[in-house]
Amino acid sequence: MPGLIGKKIGMTSIYDNEGKNIPCTVIQAGPCVVTQIKTVENDGYSAVQLAFDDKKVKNTPKPMQGHFARANTTPKRKVIELKGFVKDWKPGDVITVDYFHDDTWLDVSGISKGKGFQGVVKRHGFRGVNDATHGQHNRNRAPGSVGASSYPSRVFKGMRMGGQTGNKKVKILNLRVMKIIPENNLLILKGSVPGSNGSFLIIEK
Amino acid sequence: MNLMNVIGKEVAPVIELPAFSAGDTITVHYKIREGNKERIQQFRGTVLQRKGQGNTETFTVRKMSGNIGVERIFPAASPFIDKIEINKRGRVRRARINYLRKLTGKKARIQEKKF
Repeated sequence: MPGLIGKKIGMTSIYDNEGKNIPCTVIQAGPCVVTQIKTVENDGYSAVQLAFDDKKVKNTPKPMQGHFARANTTPKRKVIELKGFVKDWKPGDVITVDYFHDDTWLDVSGISKGKGFQGVVKRHGFRGVNDATHGQHNRNRAPGSVGASSYPSRVFKGMRMGGQTGNKKVKILNLRVMKIIPENNLLILKGSVPGSNGSFLIIEK
Repeated sequence: MNLMNVIGKEVAPVIELPAFSAGDTITVHYKIREGNKERIQQFRGTVLQRKGQGNTETFTVRKMSGNIGVERIFPAASPFIDKIEINKRGRVRRARINYLRKLTGKKARIQEKKF
């Protein structure tokens, strides 16, 4: 869906009209530069390529320098493609946070914080063996049985086990827009978003 | 964190609290909404700490109710705080006086500040 690239700044809380204290995330959304328009004739699909966050020319590979030069802009750190824009954008156009000015709900996706290799209790919310006594020994966080015996003689695919947790793409749907500050391209959403402060986010309508 | 400061200015209500710190005895006049009615409740006790900054600042007040300690954490920017009265200035040597929780009776007294 159409949207912008953003950067997580941090969390804070603000008071609503009733005086309730609401946890919020501050996101720097845009300004994003349109760097390329993908069309069905040329590329087989239609999309808008956006770029965000300046970086130095000397840290940019030559082919990418040329790519940004075609859109008449400075090199950027993050480049993504989004579909579904209603308006016809041209390369070089700048989309600011004002793009969301009449939205109440937005979706945010990002890379969640990596937790490393975790067991089933943290990864899947298993309860482990709850007793420390009654003959239990070093089984407090064990997964328990993973299947039957001679039939089927194997462990079914998709059995939930320990493994890499976090550090994967997560999308949070329907976060309420609390406030938009256009001068600093800031967007304040209710609730939390994936990733650490300073990580890139994709904010979609 | 300089963009967070922008938020602080843009979003946070201006907090006009009297200057108090750990060790002071204060009375917090707190608005309580019951249905449509609003009334003001007072909470008088010793300030244990002030924590955080800007619109997320909080402070902890502890009082003895009978012989049971009661602590309340107030958000400093809360619109429900009507006013804060400072009853006594206490002389303490640290910013967070959590040791007070373990003390009772005469030991739990705090020397008043002399100006």
